[in-house]
Amino acid sequence: MELLPLYLSAKLAFIATLILIGIAAPLAYLLTNSSWPGKSFVEALVNLPIALPPTVIGFYLLFLLGPKGFVGEGWERLFGGPLLFTFTGIVIASIIYSLPFAIQPIKASFEKIDPRLKENAYVLGLSPAATFFRVIIPNSINGIAAAAILVFLHTMGAFGVVLMVGGSIPGETRVASIAIYEAVESMQYQKAWGLSLAFIPISYSFLLLVNKLTRK
Amino acid sequence: MGLTAALKKKTNFFSIDVELTCPEGETLALIGPSGSGKTTIIRMLAGLETPDEGRIVYRDRVFFDSARGVNLSPQKRKLGYVFQDYSLFPHLTLYGNAAFAAQDRKEVDSLLGFFGLKALRDRKPNEVSGGERQRCAVCQALARNPQLLLLDEPFSALDVVTRRLLRNELKKITETRTFPVVYVTHDVTEALFIGNTVLPIVAGSVDREWMERIVAPGNEPGTRARAARATKLALAY
Repeated sequence: MELLPLYLSAKLAFIATLILIGIAAPLAYLLTNSSWPGKSFVEALVNLPIALPPTVIGFYLLFLLGPKGFVGEGWERLFGGPLLFTFTGIVIASIIYSLPFAIQPIKASFEKIDPRLKENAYVLGLSPAATFFRVIIPNSINGIAAAAILVFLHTMGAFGVVLMVGGSIPGETRVASIAIYEAVESMQYQKAWGLSLAFIPISYSFLLLVNKLTRK
Repeated sequence: MGLTAALKKKTNFFSIDVELTCPEGETLALIGPSGSGKTTIIRMLAGLETPDEGRIVYRDRVFFDSARGVNLSPQKRKLGYVFQDYSLFPHLTLYGNAAFAAQDRKEVDSLLGFFGLKALRDRKPNEVSGGERQRCAVCQALARNPQLLLLDEPFSALDVVTRRLLRNELKKITETRTFPVVYVTHDVTEALFIGNTVLPIVAGSVDREWMERIVAPGNEPGTRARAARATKLALAY
């Protein structure tokens, strides 16, 4: 069995998940607690990837991250390299693609926290930011861990977005889902079987862990 | 000096319109039936809710002044606030909770000692009784060395015996402090025991007659039930 695509998928999912949790936790908190102008617009925007076909997201990202796109051009000027068809490019694409899948469960676990805890932190003198780190995060750590696992699995399985933005460069952007597709296309069924079977124990054991974390 | 407040706020059922004062070292008990606006009043004092109109001044500090657009956040009011229940941080031990905003660790130890929680200091809130939790909540509020103590029905979820014990302990400890204490309760006996002054609140306004009806000698508990019914009716209209 060829292990490189699996390793690449896991690496992509791991890095995207780490960055996503860092972005999604404060964003979910802003969407849970306060009311501010434009909140519902922002909420709908971060949830948009759920409603759009992955190829559509990929198509837009292709232009956005491309050498003439707003992000791609800026990136090239800053770091001297392109984003399209690179590992960094598919990390960025995966983050955008999986953002709602991180926000939703984290937001749900924040909503479960008794509002009195936040009020108590405030009357005890804690700033909203300190309250987030000292009270909200420790009391929703299971929900955040569950979100991280779901996002990891979701990114492991990403296909359309990654294919559009990254293509299929071995060792760089040919992740497991793409390798499976290509194996089937070229009728290398044994290779497709090997990679596909590897997904079952990984996904199943992670989902068991999610159940354990969210059961209360 | 002390605390003075004039508060107006429209709620879904009635308008709150009260004036109150509480001198240094004294306890003001706000009493009234459930849903009379007591909790909203004490939450406005804490800065957890904003009055539509009014002024809250403590010593020489203006907490709130609608005319001048002043509204200090709860963080800046430097107060102790005890909620009815479930306000302790579940991820911390009783010690961690009591010391959460404390400046002096020795003070935390002595407070835990006073409330008989020393042996339970390493337990989490869900591993102790309701009475022990509320004792810890009082420790937490006092350990930050507040300039003002607000308690919102702190013992009303507890059984009668524990409630009596806790209010004795609370009275003992607040008598040694010099700051004003505002105590919300729906229990007349408790209000009369804890408070130097008692302010009866019915449907958002001060109603001394309600208090007189309720505590009229020889009329307990029949009058009390009738008065409660009458206020409920008054609320409904």
